[in-house]
Amino acid sequence: MPWLTLLVFLPLAGIPPLLLWRRATDAQAKALTLGVMLADLGVALAVLAVFDEGRAGYQLVERAPWVRQIGLSYLVGVDGFSIWLVVLTAFMFPIALLAEWDLGYRVRMFMVLSLLLETVVLGSFVALDLLLFFLFFEALLAPMFLLIGVWGSGRRVYASVKFTLYTMLGSAFILVAILYLWFQTSRQFGEGSFDLRQMEQLSLGLAEQRWLFLAFFVGLAVKVPIFPLHTWLPDAHTEAPTKGSVVLAALLLKAGPYGMLRFNLDLFPEAARVFAEEIGVLAVIGIVYGAIVAMMQTDVKRLVAYSSVSHMGFVILGIFTLTPEGMSGAVMQMLNHGLSTGLLFLVIGMVYARTHTREMDRLGGVGQVTPLLAGAFLVATLSSIGLPGLNNFVGEFLVILGAFRAQPWLAAAAVTGIVLGAIYMLWAYQRTFHGPVAERFRDLRDLAPRELAVALPVVAAMLAIGVYPRPVLDRINPTSEGVVRWVRSVEVGQAGLPGGIRARLQPEYRPPAGLHPSPGEEAS
Amino acid sequence: MIPTPPVDLRPVGPELALAGTGIVVLLAGAFLPRIRPAVLLGVSLAGLAVAALASLSLWGWEGPLTVLGGSVAVDRFGVVVRLTLVATGAVGLLLGHHYLQRSGEGRFEFYALLSFATFGMTLIAVAADLIVVFLALEVLSLSLYVLTGFSRRVGSAEAAVKYFLLGAFSSAFFLFGVAMAYGATGSTKLGTIARALAGRTEGTELAVVALGLLAVGFAFKVSAAPFHTWTPDVYQGAPTAVTAFMSAATKVAAFAALMRVLNVALQPLAWEWRPVIWALAAISVAVGSVLAIAQSDVKRLLAYSSVAHAGFVLTGLVAAGQDGIAAGLFYLVAYAAMVLGAFGVVMLVSSRGERHTDLASYAGLSRRSPLLAGLLAVFLFSLAGIPPAAGFVAKVGVFRAAVDAGAWPLALIGVVGSVVAAFYYLRVVVLMFMEEPSEQGRVPVEPDPTAMPRVVVAVLAAVTLVLGVFPGPLIGLLQGAGVLRW
Repeated sequence: MPWLTLLVFLPLAGIPPLLLWRRATDAQAKALTLGVMLADLGVALAVLAVFDEGRAGYQLVERAPWVRQIGLSYLVGVDGFSIWLVVLTAFMFPIALLAEWDLGYRVRMFMVLSLLLETVVLGSFVALDLLLFFLFFEALLAPMFLLIGVWGSGRRVYASVKFTLYTMLGSAFILVAILYLWFQTSRQFGEGSFDLRQMEQLSLGLAEQRWLFLAFFVGLAVKVPIFPLHTWLPDAHTEAPTKGSVVLAALLLKAGPYGMLRFNLDLFPEAARVFAEEIGVLAVIGIVYGAIVAMMQTDVKRLVAYSSVSHMGFVILGIFTLTPEGMSGAVMQMLNHGLSTGLLFLVIGMVYARTHTREMDRLGGVGQVTPLLAGAFLVATLSSIGLPGLNNFVGEFLVILGAFRAQPWLAAAAVTGIVLGAIYMLWAYQRTFHGPVAERFRDLRDLAPRELAVALPVVAAMLAIGVYPRPVLDRINPTSEGVVRWVRSVEVGQAGLPGGIRARLQPEYRPPAGLHPSPGEEAS
Repeated sequence: MIPTPPVDLRPVGPELALAGTGIVVLLAGAFLPRIRPAVLLGVSLAGLAVAALASLSLWGWEGPLTVLGGSVAVDRFGVVVRLTLVATGAVGLLLGHHYLQRSGEGRFEFYALLSFATFGMTLIAVAADLIVVFLALEVLSLSLYVLTGFSRRVGSAEAAVKYFLLGAFSSAFFLFGVAMAYGATGSTKLGTIARALAGRTEGTELAVVALGLLAVGFAFKVSAAPFHTWTPDVYQGAPTAVTAFMSAATKVAAFAALMRVLNVALQPLAWEWRPVIWALAAISVAVGSVLAIAQSDVKRLLAYSSVAHAGFVLTGLVAAGQDGIAAGLFYLVAYAAMVLGAFGVVMLVSSRGERHTDLASYAGLSRRSPLLAGLLAVFLFSLAGIPPAAGFVAKVGVFRAAVDAGAWPLALIGVVGSVVAAFYYLRVVVLMFMEEPSEQGRVPVEPDPTAMPRVVVAVLAAVTLVLGVFPGPLIGLLQGAGVLRW
């Protein structure tokens, strides 16, 4: 069963009916889209079920030549890093759609773009061919640009253009690096290929490796975003419609760290060790800076947007501790940030729908009339600041643990971010929901059943991970350990990676026969 | 009696068909004043179809590599380029026919001139002698000068004069280059020039001068910076349907000839011409991308974008040889589809004649005509190189060829240029989808509702998307066609 292909392309199946069924009412179009997304969630859960938790390598790999003439293949697979992002994506899309249920204009186009977006997001998480990854990664831009620009608020056009250009500029470097790697495969193996597993076996010179690492890093850092490349994020997140914010925060931000785990560490382990400390410093600056700026915000959505900068700093810090704990924690944090920030944006969307303002000073006291809404926000807040028993605690703890093993002073600095996080998040909760309630908000409705259906699954997932994180960690850990072992098997200053180390570390992987004489085989 | 050698005219069948069509249309127009334009359209399309079949029949050609005294090459490269040109010509005819009918400027010369222009373009793609290249260049240029001035508006005439003067100037450069090449090697045949230059280590100065002059002539035709200054004015002034045809077909034809001249005649000088092409590519990408930002007219915007796209094709050409040619050809095919489609939409939005080509007319287009806005968005995203459209694959192809040839800095300039370029493509999308029409006392224009041009444009959008998702077969075909022998 080609599970991953089904998973990635199932959403596209919803597009022709949406375009052709011209007499569909808005409600029917929404229901159709939701149905397709739920079916895709089912497929994602099936993928999770058939995923073998004990293994480190890629699973459910599917391969088909696509454009043979340039070595582009349709190559997809999941490992412990991507499996959870895939599930998170399939989980958050229908929820975010439900949150936009009241959408009143250009509904059909919104639905088409949402489905398109789901396909490309899923695709970029499962692609194991670098050009395929890049293709999905770039294909994100068109639907996201339109989602922010058409349905956003306030300065939506500015935000959408800024988002697109920043991202394109970042990926420009990635494209050149990918093409350079392709050029090296064609030199060294006789036939050009974008297959990640073959590129892992390239011998690269020291300088070459470090430049390529930086090209990938800069491109992905824009996506994360890492301080000082973060300035697009507050604009895009704040102006996007709720659905757009959730997709951006919960999913698209993960493409950056995911790409670093997948490409920077796998392809350039030596450079990763060289730059790990500097990147750690940048990550900590991001943690503290994001937290301080978040504290100053008056717009609650913007506050959450800046908190993302801070939280993504933890993810990056975890990855570049180059320890199994840090890396597993980072992946956990990607998942957790998706859930808790996703829920925050969802709740803010609900607040805005009722009050038409996001200014915290004007909101004050809404909690008295809408206790359920306030409760949902509180759970997300507590999760976001890492309360034990909720999901974020596990990930943050692991990241800090890993950071202590790698660089104790970085860990110490990062912890201040947690403290600051508690301050601004609780403060935001207090300013938004507590205090005297304004007269015009006296008769706000509390959560409708549909909105409960949006919030409850996310809360349930957060609780589940917080209380019993083992099923999640069990699937991440083997992969983290494998990657850490791989990175540490290369000494700093060791030029020309000996081809095939990776193959020996992951004995289950064999280069596809007949494609090229494997360097590993030549050596033996 | 002087014995005449047997002459096989099959290799120039497509050219004969096209020139013949042009003459038939001219005569018909002159002697049958009441003939309906639709009949002329039919005749011209039939001529193109015959030309297409005639070129297809040359795919498996096993005769000599050059015929007619070595002046015309017979190879798959020629077949592929001709087919592209014929398809472009067909779209140009359909759009132009509609345009002229609607604006009431229809005259029979249009069909004849377009056939002659296509004739010159297919000839230049197979010319194996610099003299023939020059002749073909003149045929296509003269036809295009007249087509540019085809409308009775002042702007159209002005553009035609400008195009003519600058074009004549560049032809002079080209001709001077031919003379220099003859002086250096004693021949104007591409193969003979190559043989004369091969292995020569000194005494190539004259040939390098020839290279420079020929490059100027070609750079003018493909509108590569810094020889692009005519492009925005001519693109803006010409009737939109003519602009569509001109922007796509001229680039394909002139680039085909440039590829042949560089990779055959001047192949021994590859080390000399690669830096020249490198520089032209870098300047074109930079100039085209940056200057387009300041435009407020959609035709001028597309004109500057065509300068940038000339730079991208040149980026592929920096990789001398088969890979570069195949990448460049794919780019040209993709570009032809995108730019024809984009100008096609512009024509429909103008509704009649040349009104409303300023960007403000595009505000809120997605409400007035979701179909046209959607189609234009496909073309613009493709021009910006955003997958899954053909423009993405095309860009990856040329950058890949450049990196493969060690020109990765050029690829980097190219990708950064694409980002800058994306800004102005996005600006149009923003206008269409995210802004409301700002009608200050103006009656909102209803786009042209006619079905035929819409179908043409929709087909082009489909081609753009299909080439983006399944580029494999075409790339394979072009790689086979990218071998130039002599």
